[in-house]
Amino acid sequence: TMRRGVGTGAIAKKKRAEAKYKERGSVLAEDQIVQMSKQLETFKSHLEEFASKHKQEIRKNPQFRVQFQEMCATIGVDPLASGKGFWSEMLGVGDFYYELGVQIIEVCLALKHRNGGLITLDELHQRVLKGRGKYAQEVSQDDLVRAIKKLKVMGNGFGMIPVGGSYLVQSVPAELNMDHTVVLQLAEKKGYVTVSEIKESLNWQKERASHVLDHLLKEGLAWLDSQAAGEAQYWLPALFSELSSRDVSPEEANQMTP
Amino acid sequence: LGKTLATDSWQRVRKNTYCTKSCEKITKLQIAKLNVGTAFLTTHRLIWGDIKYEDSCLAFPLSQIIFIEEQAGGRGKSAKIVIHLHPAPENKEPGPYNNSKYSYIKLSFKEHGQIEFYRRLTEEMTLKRWENTPISKPISTGTGSQGGRTRAVGIVGIERKIEEKRKELDKNISEAFEDLSQLMVKAKEMVELSRSIANKIKDKQGDITEDETVRFKSYLLSMGIANPVTRETHGSGTHYHLQLSKQLGDMLQAPLEERGGMMALTEVYCLVNRARGMELLSPEDLVNACKMFESLKLPLRLRVFDSGVMVVQLQSHSEEEMIASALDNVSEKGSLTAEEFAKLLGLSVLLSKERLLLAEKMGHLCRDDSVEGLRFYPNLF
Repeated sequence: TMRRGVGTGAIAKKKRAEAKYKERGSVLAEDQIVQMSKQLETFKSHLEEFASKHKQEIRKNPQFRVQFQEMCATIGVDPLASGKGFWSEMLGVGDFYYELGVQIIEVCLALKHRNGGLITLDELHQRVLKGRGKYAQEVSQDDLVRAIKKLKVMGNGFGMIPVGGSYLVQSVPAELNMDHTVVLQLAEKKGYVTVSEIKESLNWQKERASHVLDHLLKEGLAWLDSQAAGEAQYWLPALFSELSSRDVSPEEANQMTP
Repeated sequence: LGKTLATDSWQRVRKNTYCTKSCEKITKLQIAKLNVGTAFLTTHRLIWGDIKYEDSCLAFPLSQIIFIEEQAGGRGKSAKIVIHLHPAPENKEPGPYNNSKYSYIKLSFKEHGQIEFYRRLTEEMTLKRWENTPISKPISTGTGSQGGRTRAVGIVGIERKIEEKRKELDKNISEAFEDLSQLMVKAKEMVELSRSIANKIKDKQGDITEDETVRFKSYLLSMGIANPVTRETHGSGTHYHLQLSKQLGDMLQAPLEERGGMMALTEVYCLVNRARGMELLSPEDLVNACKMFESLKLPLRLRVFDSGVMVVQLQSHSEEEMIASALDNVSEKGSLTAEEFAKLLGLSVLLSKERLLLAEKMGHLCRDDSVEGLRFYPNLF
């Protein structure tokens, strides 16, 4: 028997296949790849021209960045997928977001002992801006959200929880389901929540409320103030850290639960 | 709900117009199923559909909103959202009321949905996306015969505002938007071509060589198009990631040894990018390069723990040694939490926890999970 893929038999077969495709009017994949190579060069020069005119606009204007990102998403292109991509190399969008990613990771790490790995987007935004200094480019919350979305691919539990019209940014792999999320949303107004409030607002049984609150305590996302007048209060440092000014050390944090 | 729709800000629109604006997106469909209608929230408007009116519904632009507040539900009353509005503009299309003493509306949610709708509405009010997206022409309607009457709500007011804003902004920006749109058209052609190629590769039309596949993948990388064709175990398989993988192999040796043989991937990301200063790596670049360690026979490995935490570890880093030393530490102290262990080893809490979890998985440690935290003890069972 003949070996497949070699010899005149295989060549003849290929020629027949080619002829058949050409007959049908469809182009072979390898021919299209050659075509793509050419078109890529053309596109690259268009992008270069665009960059030479508008690179600064992308740097300076957060709204333009949003437009840019949304258009890319619409057509099925991810300009931030790789630092080696054209978008990153020629427009410089890559470095902007990847550096932001570094800054986000560092802020979250620095505050983790205090808030358990949960921080409001507002606070994250403020601290990142502060770290970047007065003369750095402007960074919008949309920029942060996109940078965080990219960080997710590296594991480590980066995620965003919708709360009170904005988001809580999670930077640790703590398991948070819908029940936890809705309690966080409830706590958002005052920075703390009680079992009674949960029972009343969400119509839950006491056991369900306690179960959720215990989990938040265990994960270090909530602290228990059992001395509060009336009923024990569960405080979320991620939510009240903007209000209270006192910094808590890890040792103190460990002592806060009974 | 009919009783509370008392303001004169409502205008009637044709039902088929609320989905046809290309720049406008529906953000929440049918959240609130009321007795007689459904509320829709888009990036530009609030729309309410009443089944009594078969071919039209009511809407007003979000720019009309001054302020929103919640009214919690309770026994016998449903949760509500109160929306306070600017006075209706003169050029508004006709609506159910010509005038009204109320300057607010109330949306009453008979079942669930109030919290989510409120959150989304607040979000849209913060983002103000209707300002960003230029509306260049009025919505086209199903029947062209009724001209002005079928134009969507407040479109004239919205267009005017955007036009003013455009004039205010630097002329360069509108030019930039135009150039950007044209660029995107060309980019879209590239995407379509790549999809066609990918389909053919899948259907095995033609004879693709290994070399051509590699080249195709690098084109996808350049354009930022996701690779739909192959799911290889060694990542994206491009030459770029191959080189990167080798670089990382060199660069991470010392830092890994300093940190007990293991580093979280986010830690590596920060370390590498801080060192580079520019031409930074994307998170995906890093992951794809790390996935190639094994096939390149480099002495490093990318590893994913059950928790989802991803680490880079030295291959020489013995698992048994790590677990044995964890057991030793815990036995010596009687018990340890992740924080205490981290302090002892001088490592991050995250990785210390993973070590303890691993020792537990192997049966050497057991846990005491209380509100005071997670504590590990030697497993004497």
